[in-house]
Amino acid sequence: MTTATRKAPEPETTGVQARSKISLAISGSGGAGVITAGEMLLSAAAAAGWYGLMTRSTGPQIRGGEAAALLTLAAEPVGLHSAQFDVLIAVDWMNTDRFAAELVLTPESLVIGDSALPDDAPAFAVDSGARRADMPLKEMATEIDGGRINMVAVGCLSALLGIPDDALENAVRAKLKCKGDAAIASSLDCIRSGAEMLPSVLDDAAAAQFRLAPAGQRRDRWLISGNEAAGLGAVRGGVRFAAAYPITPATEVLEWLAPALDRVGGILVQAEDELASINMIIGASYGGVPSITATSGPGLALMIESIGLATSAEVPVVIVDVMRGGPSTGIPTKSEQSDLNIAVYGMHGDAPHIVVAPNSIGDCLFTTQWAVHLAEDMQAPAIVLSDQFLGQAKSVVDPPANVSFITRRITADAPEPGYHRYAVTDGGVSPMAVPGTKGGQYTADGLEHSPRGTPSSRVEDHVAQLAKRRRKIEEFDYGDHWATVDGDGAVAVLTWGSTAEAVRLGADMARQEGIAVKTVNLRLLLPAQPARLEAELSGVDAVVVVEQSEGAQFHHYLRAHYDLPGRVLPLNQPGPLPIQSIDVLNKIREAIQT
Amino acid sequence: MTDTRAAVARPKASDYKSDIPPVWCPGCGDYTVLLSITKAMAQLALAPEETVVVSGIGCSSRIPAYTNCYGFHGVHGRSLALATGVKVARPELTVLVAGGDGDGFSIGGNHFLHACRRNIDLTYIVMDNRVYGMTKGQPSPTTEPDWDSALSPGGTGLRPFHPLVIALASGANFVARCFSGDPNGTTKVLTEAIQHPGFSFVEILSPCVTFRPEQRGWSEVVHPAPVEPTDDAAQAARRIMTDDGFNVGVLYRGDREPYRTARTETPESLADLEEEFAI
Repeated sequence: MTTATRKAPEPETTGVQARSKISLAISGSGGAGVITAGEMLLSAAAAAGWYGLMTRSTGPQIRGGEAAALLTLAAEPVGLHSAQFDVLIAVDWMNTDRFAAELVLTPESLVIGDSALPDDAPAFAVDSGARRADMPLKEMATEIDGGRINMVAVGCLSALLGIPDDALENAVRAKLKCKGDAAIASSLDCIRSGAEMLPSVLDDAAAAQFRLAPAGQRRDRWLISGNEAAGLGAVRGGVRFAAAYPITPATEVLEWLAPALDRVGGILVQAEDELASINMIIGASYGGVPSITATSGPGLALMIESIGLATSAEVPVVIVDVMRGGPSTGIPTKSEQSDLNIAVYGMHGDAPHIVVAPNSIGDCLFTTQWAVHLAEDMQAPAIVLSDQFLGQAKSVVDPPANVSFITRRITADAPEPGYHRYAVTDGGVSPMAVPGTKGGQYTADGLEHSPRGTPSSRVEDHVAQLAKRRRKIEEFDYGDHWATVDGDGAVAVLTWGSTAEAVRLGADMARQEGIAVKTVNLRLLLPAQPARLEAELSGVDAVVVVEQSEGAQFHHYLRAHYDLPGRVLPLNQPGPLPIQSIDVLNKIREAIQT
Repeated sequence: MTDTRAAVARPKASDYKSDIPPVWCPGCGDYTVLLSITKAMAQLALAPEETVVVSGIGCSSRIPAYTNCYGFHGVHGRSLALATGVKVARPELTVLVAGGDGDGFSIGGNHFLHACRRNIDLTYIVMDNRVYGMTKGQPSPTTEPDWDSALSPGGTGLRPFHPLVIALASGANFVARCFSGDPNGTTKVLTEAIQHPGFSFVEILSPCVTFRPEQRGWSEVVHPAPVEPTDDAAQAARRIMTDDGFNVGVLYRGDREPYRTARTETPESLADLEEEFAI
């Protein structure tokens, strides 16, 4: 068996300060393995002590389209890529031009292409003035039996960054375990080849600018995606049943849950469509088992009628919507925050329910777990609005704290004669008899009903049941989790979901300029918390509203539910381009003028 | 009668009926279907609290509340999916699904196919009256092509859907046809259907006397299935495709393995799951 024997180059030769952060992109045609390459580098860097973030940008094709793995590696936790990339390595140039808007390069950037092939580098790479360090990537791979270009790229990048050999080799072995020893051996050969070629195309002084500083003390950390974190949050919350219909970019939640639920004594059923998956979880939860499904916008649209059923019949369920570009089929592989309206307002009738949103990859765990807790406690549907950026990004994070809620579905375990399933109570929650409980028999119904559950079109029943279903949601004490609030100042930035990271960074930049800024990102979107937000915004005279929605859905939501003080400056743009910290900073600067 | 027999007296059909009066028209076939279902429950001595009746929307879908079992009257067309969740989550419960031809074969058609395929241990009872009654008389998938109505003047011109054959082709494990006017025969079939492992499909011809008054004549034309049930789906399908549509009885008994609902006997801890994320 061949092993990589490369020694990490000495870092101190040039006097250039090693970096604490670097962003790199590996691009190529779909199927060329750029995502695999990115995952190996991230795992290796993580094992060597760095934090990191990897997102993927792909076209719609299953194979043969364009794909890019975008990585940021750093000494501190990373939640967002920088606006510019330091390194781009193109395994091939096919369709790389489609990333022009996402892959911004500068004269300080480094671009590595294939020197033996016609130079098809797209204009955005050439015009950036970035330094080139091309090498014959394909020839190098071909010289090795079973060699692949993506592995040559891994070797080249690993050497450039100074990732230790043992960490990389372990990551390769873990990633390719199922491919066998021969694949591992040829990959390690490719990696060595890429590493050895680097000094011949890039001098030491130039290379030193891309070297990462040695990682700090190693701590226990996790490598996890937002979709995996959502799945784990569900299981932590007590979910033991899931129904699944595949949809990009939510499928990984379900694929993680399938074996995980099996291992903890639960079960996942693959449904024939989203209409079935939502009804399956309603049935399972009616049976007493906390239940979840995950989908994206098109699937949520199909589920809406039955989410209303869960509201009326008072059955707790959790629906994770990993948002993508819409409307209609939209951009399945790319992120957007444009399902807020349907999540909040989608249902016909007056249908109080819960909508929550994670604000980071790690928070996908907490927020999904919280959603299970809220749904079970209030016997109501809870929608979790994650998005493609959070869901499909892999991140190195500190292990999320294990917050244990005292989750309790209030059940009627020994019903008295005359038990009323939908008894009108002060808090609005009525003890729920679970099948198997003698004397608790009732019929759950989407028809308006009397307290007993009997269908009723009487005015008194409709008024009383509507009020109880609203009361239980609106009078619940959501505690401190409703929002994350940082800083203080006359300018407040309001946001939700994955744009929270750009807001956090943008606000930090503003504070460095001496601008006092408060940031509020809402985790709880429904029910709205007007008293809490009003308290946070007292003394604020300008509000910046940040969201990734062309139609400014969040801004309109805020206007509908809250009184915003002073001037309001919206910063809204459609996906898939992430909102950058500099955009937020500029808006904050604008807010303090005039 | 000895004391012992008295002590274990079988429950009666009336023990399974609730006190809620049905919304159905006088003479509706669904009254006797309700009677047959409760008689079958009594014969099997099912515990009402261990039995769940799930339905969608339509006249016949009102049935759960008329039993004293646990019930779920859900949205239109999704009863099989909801029942799937109940049964997979709680395999020890007896789960019956009831509804009409519009609910089951039109809006719920896809779930019908996949419930048959999945072969979960459910009993699906469709009261087929070949009309949407609750919305006052529109053609359903099983309506004759020339049946005139306000919504489809002159008839739909469409070939009726053949639910029994579709069920066979999709993998249902037990297929039978009944007539609401024959409660004893229907009870016998339902008793067997509930006991048969996997997905059991029972189509019950149940006249709508309001919008299809000519269906009162069904009592003159129904007749017992002339041959023994088969375990050969192809043979059963051929018979059903070529019969007159009015032979009643068990038509097919399969032995396909039902959907797996068992859980691991040695569940792992959350910490075991979380190990995969540790670097």
